[in-house]
Amino acid sequence: MGEFKVHRVRFFNYVPSGIRCVAYNNQSNRLAVSRTDGTVEIYNLSANYFQEKFFPGHESRATEALCWAEGQRLFSAGLNGEIMEYDLQALNIKYAMDAFGGPIWSMAASPSGSQLLVGCEDGSVKLFQITPDKIQFERNFDRQKSSAVHKMIVDRQYMGVSKRKCIVWGVAFLSDGTIISVDSAGKVQFWDSATGTLVKSHLIANADVQSIAVADQEDSFVVGTAEGTVFHFQLVPVTSNSSEKQWVRTKPFQHHTHDVRTVAHSPTALISGGTDTHLVFRPLMEKVEVKNYDAALRKITFPHRCLISCSKKRQLLLFQFAHHLELWRLGSTVATGKNGDTLPLSKNADHLLHLKTKGPENIICSCISPCGSWIAYSTVSRFFLYRLNYEHDNISLKRVSKMPAFLRSALQILFSEDSTKLFVASNQGALHIVQLSGGSFKHLHAFQPQSGTVEAMCLLAVSPDGNWLAASGTSAGVHVYNVKQLKLHCTVPAYNFPVTAMAIAPNTNNLVIAHSDQQVFEYSIPDKQYTDWSRTVQKQGFHHLWLQRDTPITHISFHPKRPMHILLHDAYMFCIIDKSLPLPNDKTLLYNPFPPTNESDVIRRRTAHAFKISKIYKPLLFMDLLDERTLVAVERPLDDIIAQLPPPIKKKKFGT
Amino acid sequence: MAALEEEFTLSSVVLSAGPEGLLGVEQSDKTDQFLVTDSGRTVILYKVSDQKPLGSWSVKQGQIITCPAVCNFQTGEYVVVHDNKVLRIWNNEDVNLDKVFKATLSAEVYRILSVQGTEPLVLFKEGAVRGLEALLADPQQKIETVISDEEVIKWTKFFVVFRHPVLIFITEKHGNYFAYVQMFNSRILTKYTLLLGQDENSVIKSFTASVDRKFISLMSLSSDGCIYETLIPIRPADPEKNQSLVKSLLLKAVVSGNARNGVALTALDQDHVAVLGSPLAASKECLSVWNIKFQTLQTSKELPQGTSGQLWYYGEHLFMLHGKSLTVIPYKCEVSSLAGALGKLKHSQDPGTHVVSHFVNWETPQGCGLGFQNSEQSRRIKDSEKHIEVEVRKFLALKQTPDFHTVIGDTVTGLLERCKAEPSFYPRNCLMQLIQTHVLSYSLCPDLMEIALKKKDVQLLQLCLQQFPDIPESVTCACLKIFLSIGDDSLQETDVNMESVFDYSINSVHDEKMEEQTEILQNGFNPEEDKCNNCDQELNKKPQDETKESTSCPVVQKRAALLNAILHSAYSETFLLPHLKDIPAQHITLFLKYLYFLYLKCSENATMTLPGIHPPTLNQIMDWICLLLDANFTVVVMMPEAKRLLINLYKLVKSQISVYSELNKIEVSFRELQKLNQEKNNRGLYSIEVLELF
Repeated sequence: MGEFKVHRVRFFNYVPSGIRCVAYNNQSNRLAVSRTDGTVEIYNLSANYFQEKFFPGHESRATEALCWAEGQRLFSAGLNGEIMEYDLQALNIKYAMDAFGGPIWSMAASPSGSQLLVGCEDGSVKLFQITPDKIQFERNFDRQKSSAVHKMIVDRQYMGVSKRKCIVWGVAFLSDGTIISVDSAGKVQFWDSATGTLVKSHLIANADVQSIAVADQEDSFVVGTAEGTVFHFQLVPVTSNSSEKQWVRTKPFQHHTHDVRTVAHSPTALISGGTDTHLVFRPLMEKVEVKNYDAALRKITFPHRCLISCSKKRQLLLFQFAHHLELWRLGSTVATGKNGDTLPLSKNADHLLHLKTKGPENIICSCISPCGSWIAYSTVSRFFLYRLNYEHDNISLKRVSKMPAFLRSALQILFSEDSTKLFVASNQGALHIVQLSGGSFKHLHAFQPQSGTVEAMCLLAVSPDGNWLAASGTSAGVHVYNVKQLKLHCTVPAYNFPVTAMAIAPNTNNLVIAHSDQQVFEYSIPDKQYTDWSRTVQKQGFHHLWLQRDTPITHISFHPKRPMHILLHDAYMFCIIDKSLPLPNDKTLLYNPFPPTNESDVIRRRTAHAFKISKIYKPLLFMDLLDERTLVAVERPLDDIIAQLPPPIKKKKFGT
Repeated sequence: MAALEEEFTLSSVVLSAGPEGLLGVEQSDKTDQFLVTDSGRTVILYKVSDQKPLGSWSVKQGQIITCPAVCNFQTGEYVVVHDNKVLRIWNNEDVNLDKVFKATLSAEVYRILSVQGTEPLVLFKEGAVRGLEALLADPQQKIETVISDEEVIKWTKFFVVFRHPVLIFITEKHGNYFAYVQMFNSRILTKYTLLLGQDENSVIKSFTASVDRKFISLMSLSSDGCIYETLIPIRPADPEKNQSLVKSLLLKAVVSGNARNGVALTALDQDHVAVLGSPLAASKECLSVWNIKFQTLQTSKELPQGTSGQLWYYGEHLFMLHGKSLTVIPYKCEVSSLAGALGKLKHSQDPGTHVVSHFVNWETPQGCGLGFQNSEQSRRIKDSEKHIEVEVRKFLALKQTPDFHTVIGDTVTGLLERCKAEPSFYPRNCLMQLIQTHVLSYSLCPDLMEIALKKKDVQLLQLCLQQFPDIPESVTCACLKIFLSIGDDSLQETDVNMESVFDYSINSVHDEKMEEQTEILQNGFNPEEDKCNNCDQELNKKPQDETKESTSCPVVQKRAALLNAILHSAYSETFLLPHLKDIPAQHITLFLKYLYFLYLKCSENATMTLPGIHPPTLNQIMDWICLLLDANFTVVVMMPEAKRLLINLYKLVKSQISVYSELNKIEVSFRELQKLNQEKNNRGLYSIEVLELF
């Protein structure tokens, strides 16, 4: 099948930001997640938990609260004192409105979804009316003026020696008048709102209980503690067939190592996130009707998009971080070896460049040209293009100034194979083609979105011959443009699940598309139809283990000399699909980690199938072919991430 | 209380009863009227209250009635078979049997069976069964053979259970008996082999059967004079399989085994049977009524003229042939109770009947008075316990019922209710069996442990502790109290499960040798450790005592097993602590000594475990030491005899603390090592490797 030298890169020092808030939307079955750097991500739980959208963060915009209101409108509020609404179509911030109450710590939507309530630093609670295109301040509940009906004094005896004040981290108000509070003393307490009395108290942790979320039915809720534990509480009958019910702590889950800052309760799962950057979906087995793969625990750690680009010609890797880019040159070796050998390096990898962004905004996307002489990246408000000059071992960087006004913000950037063209997907839905020559550039064309749609394009793919450009949004189909004639060539039929990666094969110009439900399609651009192989695959179906993988394919590439091969990877495997071999059926072994021993050729030929899988590299963030015999794999071991997180609450192992 | 009333003779006409007696007495559709078929040619309809015949029908000379006439309750007609194959149907208005409806069948009829509420069934001698209607539609239809050659039908009975006709018949072949149960609606025929038990030579002389929801209770009177009971499930588990049924002894020696005349048995109701036969070989024949629940003779009547050994019972009348005439004895039974059965309930005895004293067959001394009464009563209770035990065992053997759990629960509740009502009733084996089904829990039957505690039944308590997941702390503590306080001698008699105990005494010789090694295997605790101040010196003066103390188990093995059951039980500290305070101080010290001993045993080996199949774990031991000290510290600290123990425990805790602090230290350095190791494994941040994909 092939022997490769693999550049195994572990110096991509990427640490995801901690999760601050999650908000679940029942209508669309989507989950909004905000991170401590202000990034907001949207996960589509119906589409195999794919992270389909994201809004880049901003240094000054620490999100403290996130909520859905008025159906599927998403609002956030944070320490800059602003309430923001997100445009889920154009993937930008619709507006930001100052609440004039100092930093905002909490936000909730009214049950009808027509009003927003925010809690501000100055102690005021402000009510906003949600209008069709904005929000409007309605009234202010001031701390002094409002007469407190009850004051519930939270007992803090447990804190013992420390005289710290007990902080109530979260409350929930149920329709039957019960108030549930979680506090820094490790307690979950039930109060009667009519009398203001404590009904029941559960001491569940030695540390803070930081978050609470109640199910829509109000028969179950979930709390998260600073010890990384998530507790499930359920309203269950006191005895069987009695109508009297009580809240009972039913299940503890320990899927986090650090503080669980936020929890959500979907109808079928408990969702939690926190400082350890994992987003955890714990399905409630009693609510899951079919015991399929959806019933399994899911832990999402890495973004579902590519943060790495690669210059094949110069063997460079460009790493994208929130506020800077790093450029590395890969090392080399002259040695050869057999499978599994680590070869002695004749030259180590070099860190060539550390490019810091200006301003507080996070980088949305970045790209290095295949020739290695251009770097482009974009934030929400600015687009940057740099020209790199290599003179021996020295490298010089020159920013291309005077970017046109329309190139303000890009969602995706791509260079053509010969590095003469730059393709930019702007957040207005337009695709720009820019001609690069020498140190200058020229705007060639802009494909405007079809009238009436504002959907942003998030994924781009260009054919190696430079003739075809494919662009995909979050929901509609993939559009294929003819770059020579500058017109829309065709649209690949829309599919139920979002596209996670796509690429155009050399020579044949077949567009290979991977979807979040793990389906892979091959579409012939010249013929404007799916290829025979793709039809065969659809007819026979993928191996069940292939469909059960829980991370999306994030990158697809091709072998220049082997047109039958498709190279693709997700976070836990790298696969070469050989279209000339028969497809595996559910009875064949999809992944065989052991090399075939002394089996006869006949057996080998008989058991061989199209999917050649390697699970050596994980978590795998990027894998590409540098040349015919060389691969580059970028791994990010979880231990390295944990090592960079603040230490968790220490728990004694011996002798309590 | 069952009673036989004054008998009366029915027959004004002398019946032509042969040596085998009558063919049969059957009910008619009017309550007071009965069809009597003699063994010759005549069928007579009697009105019992008037003691006179209402009608009489005879077959022609040369013909002979082979099957007793029955009444078809659905039409009011009478059916009889003569010459084995000829069926006759007539009604009251008919005079001559020759002229009534006649059907000739293709096979010989054994009996026609008719009960209220369903059509009569015809049972052929070869075992086939047909509904009468279906048979009359085509009298010449082919009748299959069900039973084998030489197999002869001995007895049959027809029931309606939940509107389903069920037919049972017993066959005999070479001294082996088989029971066939035919569900008539579903046409399921199940064959059972009746096992006769030890006495293979006994011949069954008479059968009777009663039916309840699930079982046909088949009672048989054997030639050894005993009545046996066999339970036959109505709905068989597997109708295909030939199943065997075991009989159990119900009543012993009610009639003489080698009576000259025939004996007969008839079930009167759930609890009573009537037995016809001579109680002693020499004596005259008797009709006696027995209560099978309490195994007592209720009443009896001498029949000096002899009988044919046949007995029929319908409604409130017993029919039998006394001498040459058909005698009817009305029978009455009030609800039986233990008091009634024991004669405490005053009832007027009929002057005509007198209890025959030689029926007293229990082996108690014939002395009178209260003692006699008591022993009698306890014996009865024993018998009933045994009976329940047999029933439970039978039920547990069946097991596959879907409502198994609920039935077990109901059974236990029922048994416990009776236990509470009758203090002497304690079906221990039965309860043990039920507990071992693993379906019981404390909350299902809280009374069980309460009663066991009252009875100080440590074996049962141990079993409960092992099996029940939800014993409240107060009960655990009550058990502990009993386990600690029960005398060694009474423990000797019990049969405690010793699984969790290793024979420490055997080991002790071996221990002496081990002792020298303890310094290496100390696992953090060295009893000789000389870091304790003054108090220790006192101890060091008698190091030998200490060695003795630490190597010999302070409690006997059986008690150790019981205490281990406590150690294994689940508890929550808050609820257990208040109850632990109630335990007397010397028991606390004993338990502490035992725990300390276990701890020492634990620390003898490197894995910190005890030998044995299911020993208490180190954590359990430590937790209980802490609990006991928490609850009773002020008491224990004041006791001079506990002083040394406390010092030992103090040292133990001190050594534990130092072990754990060392472990914590090691953990830190271990983590550092791990980190170093990881870095080594990481092979740096960058490498070029060779990958071959197959």
